[in-house]
Amino acid sequence: MSSDVQPVKFYQKGTRTVGNRLIDEAARTVQASRERSNALTSGHRACQGCGEALGARYALDAAMRASGGDMIAVNATGCLEVFTTPYPESAWQLPWLHSLFGNAASVASGVAAAMRRQSRKTRVVAQGGDGGTTDIGFGCLSGMFERNDDVLYICYDNEGYMNTGVQRSSATPPAARTATTPALGKEPGNVFGTGKFAPKIAVAHEIPYVATASVADLHDLEAKVTKAMGIEGARYIQINTPCPLGWGAPPHETIALARLAIETGLFPIFEAEHGRVTHVRQIRKARPVEDYLKRQKRFAHLFTSENDPRIAMLQARADRFIAEYGLVEA
Amino acid sequence: MFEVRIHGRGGQGAVTAAELLSVAAFLEGRRAQAFPSFGSERTGAPVVAFCRISDREIRLREPVQRPNALIVQDATLFKSVDVLDGLAPDGYLVVNTTKSFAELHLDEIAARLPKGHVRAAPASDLARAHIGRPAPNTALLGAFAAISGVVSLEALLEAIRRAFPGEMGERNVLAASAAHAAMTASPAQEFACSNR
Amino acid sequence: MLEQIEGSKAMARTIALCRPQVVCAYPITPQTHIVEGVGDLVRTGALGNCEFINVESEFAALSVAIGASAAGSRAYTATASQGLLFMAEAVYNAAGLGLPIVMTLGNRAIGAPINIWNDHSDAMALRESGWIQLFAETNQEAADLHVIAFRLAEELSVPAMVCVDGFILTHAVEAVDIPEQAQVDAYLPPFEPVQSLDPDDPISIGAMVGPEAFTEVRWLQWRKQHAALERIEALSAEFAATFGRDSGGLLRRYRMEDAELAIVAMGSVNGTIKDAIDELRAEGVGVGLVTLVAFRPFPTQALREVLVGAAHVLVIDRSLDPGMGGPLASNVDLALRNLSPAPHLHSAIAGLGGRAVTKTAMRQLARDALADAWEGPRFVDLDEKVVARELHRSARERRCGPSAEHVLKATEREKIARVKAREAMR
Repeated sequence: MSSDVQPVKFYQKGTRTVGNRLIDEAARTVQASRERSNALTSGHRACQGCGEALGARYALDAAMRASGGDMIAVNATGCLEVFTTPYPESAWQLPWLHSLFGNAASVASGVAAAMRRQSRKTRVVAQGGDGGTTDIGFGCLSGMFERNDDVLYICYDNEGYMNTGVQRSSATPPAARTATTPALGKEPGNVFGTGKFAPKIAVAHEIPYVATASVADLHDLEAKVTKAMGIEGARYIQINTPCPLGWGAPPHETIALARLAIETGLFPIFEAEHGRVTHVRQIRKARPVEDYLKRQKRFAHLFTSENDPRIAMLQARADRFIAEYGLVEA
Repeated sequence: MFEVRIHGRGGQGAVTAAELLSVAAFLEGRRAQAFPSFGSERTGAPVVAFCRISDREIRLREPVQRPNALIVQDATLFKSVDVLDGLAPDGYLVVNTTKSFAELHLDEIAARLPKGHVRAAPASDLARAHIGRPAPNTALLGAFAAISGVVSLEALLEAIRRAFPGEMGERNVLAASAAHAAMTASPAQEFACSNR
Repeated sequence: MLEQIEGSKAMARTIALCRPQVVCAYPITPQTHIVEGVGDLVRTGALGNCEFINVESEFAALSVAIGASAAGSRAYTATASQGLLFMAEAVYNAAGLGLPIVMTLGNRAIGAPINIWNDHSDAMALRESGWIQLFAETNQEAADLHVIAFRLAEELSVPAMVCVDGFILTHAVEAVDIPEQAQVDAYLPPFEPVQSLDPDDPISIGAMVGPEAFTEVRWLQWRKQHAALERIEALSAEFAATFGRDSGGLLRRYRMEDAELAIVAMGSVNGTIKDAIDELRAEGVGVGLVTLVAFRPFPTQALREVLVGAAHVLVIDRSLDPGMGGPLASNVDLALRNLSPAPHLHSAIAGLGGRAVTKTAMRQLARDALADAWEGPRFVDLDEKVVARELHRSARERRCGPSAEHVLKATEREKIARVKAREAMR
């Protein structure tokens, strides 16, 4: 690793947050270590409470540790790319390429091919938001999957096109208000029956490794990235990363909301290999979807009248995930 | 032509402020143009917005380089942005702050501008009191209207009501009116010119 | 009714009045507010019988519009910059098939380097696609051109893009007269397609055409564009009669009487140039302005007629063809060919990637054009120190890293130095 890398300073000592001193050293997060690579370093311009900045920091340092710092990142256009490279600075401390909006997976495949031709062991990570990954980037993603290119693709799912002003993507949950699914008219918010759950589609490609993760469980996120880095071939991790601005919640609620997404069953946490689900994170105590919805302004229109049927429809959606993935012990 | 430049941070409503000012001028039968300088959506980032007011057709499209008035929604911006760039020698400077101009290191600049043209307005406080959130834009516009007379309070309040319907509009009207009254009531601060 | 309104909203309201049946949306700065505005009107029911479809990419957006148009529905979409390129194949496809889709182009620079600000490179990139391209000078014109565009496109069966400077117009709030529904209905009748997918009368659209007929098909496209020249003028005159104001047309003159120097420009920059011209005229400089509204079809004859008296022509390009220079300048050159005496052509590249085009710079440029003939394109407000430094740096070693990032750092250093110097002076 380059000697230009910024040294890590801890300002908060003696708490459980930093240093995780009550946890065995081996089980501590990468972020707890002064030796972490700080691949995404401080000084970037993410909004207060940005889930994506948090997720990316954890994911990339874990990947850097797993690869011994021998890694290249390819980034799609989007929030992460924009707030990490504000004129004229860059927050990246690893080789980093921003190509276009929809081709991060393909560009990463190209980088991986070059590494093979040059007999280098350098690993390749591609990353992008849900819009860039599951919408405009879907074709390229599928191509990378079916060729089994040696790329780990990380999708930061904040459920919309946030950088352009909160527009709806295929990852936006039903009923959510966005700038293109406004809370107006007879069916306010995003339409039910639309959208796609990309991790399931990734599983259908039967690639070596697929996982979902969340900023609500950073240990799990790191563990999954580390595991993925130990596998060759096409790998996909989708991380649920709340966006305070887009979701209409205060910046300090990010992790609480991510946790509720898991506990309601709306964002299932699982792993799959070669087309089969291998592990599922069980919900210890399931929460009703209301608990999650009422804390976000993007769902505020569901609470203007009593017993809005769409809340029941969202509960049904959560229940389907719970049933499909076995999230709650019978 | 009267040119205004508004400095703020993303989320404080600087862009809306420029728009409201232009609507107020329009309601008084004048021509007005409002537009922001742009970047990607991001809360907290420095934002600049412009407003031109004239009785003739406004054809100029460049950013306001020589403002006749500066409206500053966030006093911390003086440290990171060249807020005062191009301000006309007889221009207006309205700052959202409870600090003194000396504390903001602006007293020398203030002394060079005409008396009554440089005012501090506690817009965030007034907004918190009347709107319930420290959104300073409408209050600051109320103060600006009082200080400069470029738009009438009446036109400004109508513009606010049109932009924010219902209760939110009325609360913003209260904030703007309170700020206007505060500026009119209290005397303009005297700034000692340091080279006398 | 006259309203103080954001450009994109004025456009959204006017587009809704044109009664599109299918509207496709994919977000890209700076067009988002336009499509969102139309979407809101669909949701509230103000725009009835219209499907608002959120698609997964710009390629999908225009593809959806193509399908809708081919099946007989009036279709609309909007994009900019990278998005226009992403749908490029479909852009040519729509023109080749003769589908009268109307699209707003929120003019924005094309990367790399990624840039979200205004210039004309996107429109220029697709200028040979066979679409009609009309450039708005103000938000009033931006709104009005959509009405004219639908009428024109459907009459000729040619798609049309209305080019509106991103941010500078789309995000500016100014007075716009939004027409009444009755006025628009009087001007724009319901869509009567020349071709339509209809089970009662099945046709095949999208044939493969080989060498034996391709030239003839293209000639017919060329002829339609030529016919558009006359139709644009006629339809703009009809617009004036229906709505009571001038909008559109092929081009406009400003203070061209006895102008020694004629400036030619497109889009919002014309407003700034008019202010510069008034000042220059007061100082005795014989300068006038030709505002080009129709870029495709290119009004060669009309331009020739208006430029014939000028000794100098200064063309302001808001984009760059890195291998050649200014695209607008090279097109204007075409109009000046065979004029005797031929005016001297000066080419200027201004406002790339959203750099402000200032009245000061335009004044200086006009004076320079009259005083000193330069060859090739002149880059307005170019920071010579920064580029010289970069050339020097990259000549020193092979592995010198990306130019863009180094230019940014150099520019930032210059800016900080200037700010410090100004502070010291205070």
